[in-house]
Amino acid sequence: MSNMDLGYDTINLGHGSGGLMTRDLLDKIIFETFSNPYLDQKHDGSIIQMDGKIAISTDSFVVSPIFFKGGNIGDLAVNGTVNDVAMCGAIPEFLSLAFIVEEGLPIGDFIKIVETIKETADRSGVKIITGDTKVVERGKGDKIFINTTGFGKVHPKADISADKIKAGDKIIISGPIAQHGMAIMSEREGLEFESTIESDTTNLNFLVLDLLDAFGDKIHLFRDPTRGGVASVLSEIADDINLGITIQENKLPLDDQVSAACEMLGLDPLFVANEGIFITIVSPEVESEVLALLQNNEKGTKASCIGEITQEHPKKVVMQSMIGGKRMVTPMIGEQLPRIC
Amino acid sequence: MKYLSEYRNLEATKRYLDLIEKTATKTWNIMEICGGQTHGLVKNGIINLLPENVRMIHGPGCPVCVTPLNLIDKAVELLENGIIVCSFGDMVRVPGSKKSLLEAKASGGDLRILYSPLEAVNIAKQNPNKEVVFFAVGFETTAPANALSVLHAQKEHVHNYSILVSHVLVPPAMEGILDDEFCTIDAFLGAGHVCAIMGLKEYYPLVEKYKIPIVVTGFEPLDLVQGIYMALVQLEKGEYKLENQYARVVREEGNLEAIHIIEKVFEIGDREWRGIGTIPMSGYVLKSEYRNFDAESKFGISSITTPENSDCIAGQILKGIKKPHECPQFGKACNPSNPLGAPMVSSEGACAAYYHFSNHLI
Repeated sequence: MSNMDLGYDTINLGHGSGGLMTRDLLDKIIFETFSNPYLDQKHDGSIIQMDGKIAISTDSFVVSPIFFKGGNIGDLAVNGTVNDVAMCGAIPEFLSLAFIVEEGLPIGDFIKIVETIKETADRSGVKIITGDTKVVERGKGDKIFINTTGFGKVHPKADISADKIKAGDKIIISGPIAQHGMAIMSEREGLEFESTIESDTTNLNFLVLDLLDAFGDKIHLFRDPTRGGVASVLSEIADDINLGITIQENKLPLDDQVSAACEMLGLDPLFVANEGIFITIVSPEVESEVLALLQNNEKGTKASCIGEITQEHPKKVVMQSMIGGKRMVTPMIGEQLPRIC
Repeated sequence: MKYLSEYRNLEATKRYLDLIEKTATKTWNIMEICGGQTHGLVKNGIINLLPENVRMIHGPGCPVCVTPLNLIDKAVELLENGIIVCSFGDMVRVPGSKKSLLEAKASGGDLRILYSPLEAVNIAKQNPNKEVVFFAVGFETTAPANALSVLHAQKEHVHNYSILVSHVLVPPAMEGILDDEFCTIDAFLGAGHVCAIMGLKEYYPLVEKYKIPIVVTGFEPLDLVQGIYMALVQLEKGEYKLENQYARVVREEGNLEAIHIIEKVFEIGDREWRGIGTIPMSGYVLKSEYRNFDAESKFGISSITTPENSDCIAGQILKGIKKPHECPQFGKACNPSNPLGAPMVSSEGACAAYYHFSNHLI
């Protein structure tokens, strides 16, 4: 597919009008790329058959820049929602896909994003079954926003609930932290900071499926620490369960280059966003087996047990520092901002 | 990362903590000057590992915290008048009397968060029909880059660039603290990065005049515990001298090139410190030949004055007279989402450190 076939170089307001231009864009790009029996009916919506417990999750993606090292907004739009459904202990099957495009977006960029969405959806085993495309005037958006909603059947052995978490449970993280946020940071205008850090964006559903197949209800919780990072997710969990959380700083997997970038920019990696890792809280008796399963999967080679649930200090997350001190870990407030010195 | 991980070594840090415990025979109050050191102490949990008789008093070295309220109001005024304001990230959440820079941005102001003032000069070049102002706050550490931006703008004839200056200096602040009648400080950990720029020469007279040990110290856990130990050795022996724990970064003469650039653009003048008031000859102002880069006179905003919030005890916090959690507003009326004063919102502020890491609660 190339923009030469289409006769226009940019998306403009007409492509969101609902008229012939919209039909042309949909036929040549959307329907051709995502063709499947549900979408091919070109109806107002899709009818699907799903039995049993269904998990649904929706998310909107507004990342800037839209292209970054390790992916683009299209990867995030699929992986983000696929992972959220997976975190419910479900197997994602279907996705809706809605674009809000700012007029003037180069058609080549749009095609690249659509193709990425197709590849990522195929990799995750999900079908795009309904969607929408709107175009807004220049200045009323920021290139492109995407919303996806995911649907998945809950795994028959899954019993994911914060209520099941007990003191002594182990907290395991599937991979190195802060990769995505630092990849985005290094591409932001005005930061004069270059790196080869790549976003960790990936689909985690098959890894979650393997864990549920193997350990079932011994897995008490899955969470993906996206915006707000590991600190915010752990703080939320501690608050929900009315128990304490203790983590070890030296067990947190952190890539050297990411760590150095955080140091330079004065950011705490615990607050930095992730897009390709999850935290799972498991019964202590399966800790080593869960770790072994994760570490044998290419998406979990650096998995680590970072701490445990405690009776002490309920609702608080305490971190044992590298040098043996203790400090509280609190949720992020507002946006993380670069420091003066 | 090796040069950093070495200074976060558990065994080496423990050795110094043991030495500190054995050395301190009575109660000593040691002030770390720099907000970065405060965060290092709190974030790594060092505060809780020190013996009770070694008390760390948190100093004024947080550039955001000491920037007076009226400067923030001035920056907000510029934003509301369609001027592009560029700032370091820390400043943007600090409340002004009506709003913070971030709130002014949400109401339509063109605020850019930058790491380098040189980038602001580029923004001015790219927007020749707009005025661009860099919010030049900080201690001696940020002064060279801010001065350099003025020199660049002058050389490249960028006339739509200026800086809103609020530069303060460490030695006059230390004198101010030592002259305070409530001062209980026995020794200082000097601010490592400030000394990396300025060298050590300004500190010898302070040691002599006040007969107080000063140990110029770094920011990593091992730096901090070693600096504390060196100060304690002096205190226990009844000595007072200037020592340099941070010799891997700080040279006796400082960074001569940086000092040269500062002296070319700035001269020393009176400066207002948030919560403390005006300290004579305590900061930098633009030299007369660079006054056309002074945003205050360029846009006629020097008359904006704003009284401080009377519920905020930032002045006592910055002078080390009170600890953050001793403030009745701490964590209640004042928290990072709704700060009464700058020390609660700045990443180097003592109140923010106590709030985020809440060590006094563990």
